Amino acid sequence: MVKSNSGLSRKRLGEMYRTMLRIRRFEETADDLYMAGKVVGGVHVSIGQEACSAGVCAALREDDAVLTTHRGHGHSIAKGTRLPEMLAELMGKVTGLCRSKGGSMHIADVSKGHYGAHSIVGANMPMAAGIGLAYQLEGKDRVAVVFFGDGASNNGAFHEAMNLCAIWKLPVVFFCENNQYAVSVPAEYSTSVDDISVRSKGYDAPGLTVDGMDVAAVYEASREAVSHARRGLGPSLVEAKTYRFFGHSRGDPHYGMYRTKEEWEGWKERDPLIVCEKMLKMTAKQKKAHADAVEAEIREAIEFAENSPEPEESVALEDIFA
Amino acid sequence: MPEVKTRTISYSTAINEALHEEMERDEKVFLMGEDIALSAISPATAGLGDRFGHERVRNTPISELGFTGAAVGAAMAGYRPVLDMRRIDFMMLAIDPIANQAAKLRYMLGGQVSIPLVIRAPEGGGSQNGPTHSQCLEAWFIQVPGLRVIVPSDPADAKGLLKSAIREDNPVLFVEYRALYSLEGPVPEGDYTEPIGKAAVKREGSDITLIGIGSQARNCLEASDLLAREGIDAEVVDPRTINPLDVEGLAGSVRKTGKCVIAEEGHKSGGVGAEIAASVQEAAFGALKAPIIRVAALDVPVPVHTKLEAIVLPSTEKVVSAAKKLLS
Repeated sequence: MVKSNSGLSRKRLGEMYRTMLRIRRFEETADDLYMAGKVVGGVHVSIGQEACSAGVCAALREDDAVLTTHRGHGHSIAKGTRLPEMLAELMGKVTGLCRSKGGSMHIADVSKGHYGAHSIVGANMPMAAGIGLAYQLEGKDRVAVVFFGDGASNNGAFHEAMNLCAIWKLPVVFFCENNQYAVSVPAEYSTSVDDISVRSKGYDAPGLTVDGMDVAAVYEASREAVSHARRGLGPSLVEAKTYRFFGHSRGDPHYGMYRTKEEWEGWKERDPLIVCEKMLKMTAKQKKAHADAVEAEIREAIEFAENSPEPEESVALEDIFA
Repeated sequence: MPEVKTRTISYSTAINEALHEEMERDEKVFLMGEDIALSAISPATAGLGDRFGHERVRNTPISELGFTGAAVGAAMAGYRPVLDMRRIDFMMLAIDPIANQAAKLRYMLGGQVSIPLVIRAPEGGGSQNGPTHSQCLEAWFIQVPGLRVIVPSDPADAKGLLKSAIREDNPVLFVEYRALYSLEGPVPEGDYTEPIGKAAVKREGSDITLIGIGSQARNCLEASDLLAREGIDAEVVDPRTINPLDVEGLAGSVRKTGKCVIAEEGHKSGGVGAEIAASVQEAAFGALKAPIIRVAALDVPVPVHTKLEAIVLPSTEKVVSAAKKLLS
């Protein structure tokens, strides 16, 4: 497993820390609002996995694309998705990114290169191949990154999309967040390999496993994979070993059902925010400066979402055909 | 009205011409599918690879889920892919990108994207290809809001509707009856389109309305000739588009004749005919002088043996006998 080296500037790493903190606080807020009955539909938080979102998106340009999953708030935020409109979507407001018709599992902000959270597991990978194909046909050096989990790597869509990208040399990065569990089913039961990245060998593409709790390691691996794609050399598969600190969704405890307390505590010690704070040797004052700035942003998002109107009835019949 | 110059070409040549002309007109249009690059294997796409290159006429691996999902992605990113499914039966491996993604993305993302995608889906029996190579499945897809479903029955409609489908900014399932590929008919010269969502009267009559979908529009026309010999003046109407369905166009004919037979090659239960019958009676119940009768494939798979296949599939004779039963 690849660990980070120290080649990264403090400024760059500090930016990634800020992104991770924004994701953490957004999702804690979303969870609180859910418990207060203010969220419409379900919410799947990625708390614990923030280094993946922040590290990958730091290696992307604004005109690159991402596609994500039902657990996609982190990727959305890291790609530049607007927080107020995103929170409004969760809270069923018409000012939401999807006009309250997609909810948490379908957040998209196409103007920021975010082509959507896709809640059918595996479905986003062939679509990412198609966006990569569009970029290749255009003759531009843009890249599409698709996020998925260990569970999705057992889906036929993953294998068909990998093969398409490999034979056509499409500029796509497959980023697998191996958080060890597909809802309750452990990857070690459901998956034929220990390291999912070895599956890239079947498609003659580079594969790499990184420490998904170390944002610098994720960034470095992503930079390499993105550069490979941008140079027209085709897809890569990056696997980040990570862990969700929450259950699959609400109603699923943090531990005790299919994860032990010991296992959970072991991963909590490697909280990506703490790992990054240590790397940056952050002072309490620096931490507070980050926290204050993020809190202001979160407050603004809540205010926007709370004050936004619910959809008119006519919205139910809109946006079906162009 | 100026006279439209026509020439006689086949249904598959009409499709081929539409593809040539639309690829010429718009460089964002490209084709993907299994075995489409070799002219000898695929008459509908003949000559396109040579003319436009294999970047735009792209053979795919046997990965229906993969390349259909890729087409949805390319459409989101501004291209206008046209897929060739070879057979609608194979398309069953690609239901997710069609029903869960292409049809819903625009709505689900609050109008942020459009999906200008055409899926050409050849289908139908009559050539002893058996249960998994003979199905007519368009009925499944009228249950999916967000899709257009088009079923042309003659060369002129095939060309004009395919050109409309390619210019449409929404996902379109374009169903082609394989049994019609060799059918010849008059097709206008030059650029023209046919409107999506408009039924066409293929033969005017006053005694009974025969509504035929795809291959059965042909059988209804043949049936109307046979009925004419017995003094029965049948009107034949082809819905051409089944989502959206031109209910007024169909009901208008039924208001005139008071009697209606609906023929389709798909299975009877939950079929397109059932939807049309319900819609027509909602719109024109007062004009109906008898129950609407459906002629369709029996509710068993389509067997290989010629004799057994003929028992299961609808035919001109079955349409004739349904019409006579209704008029007796």
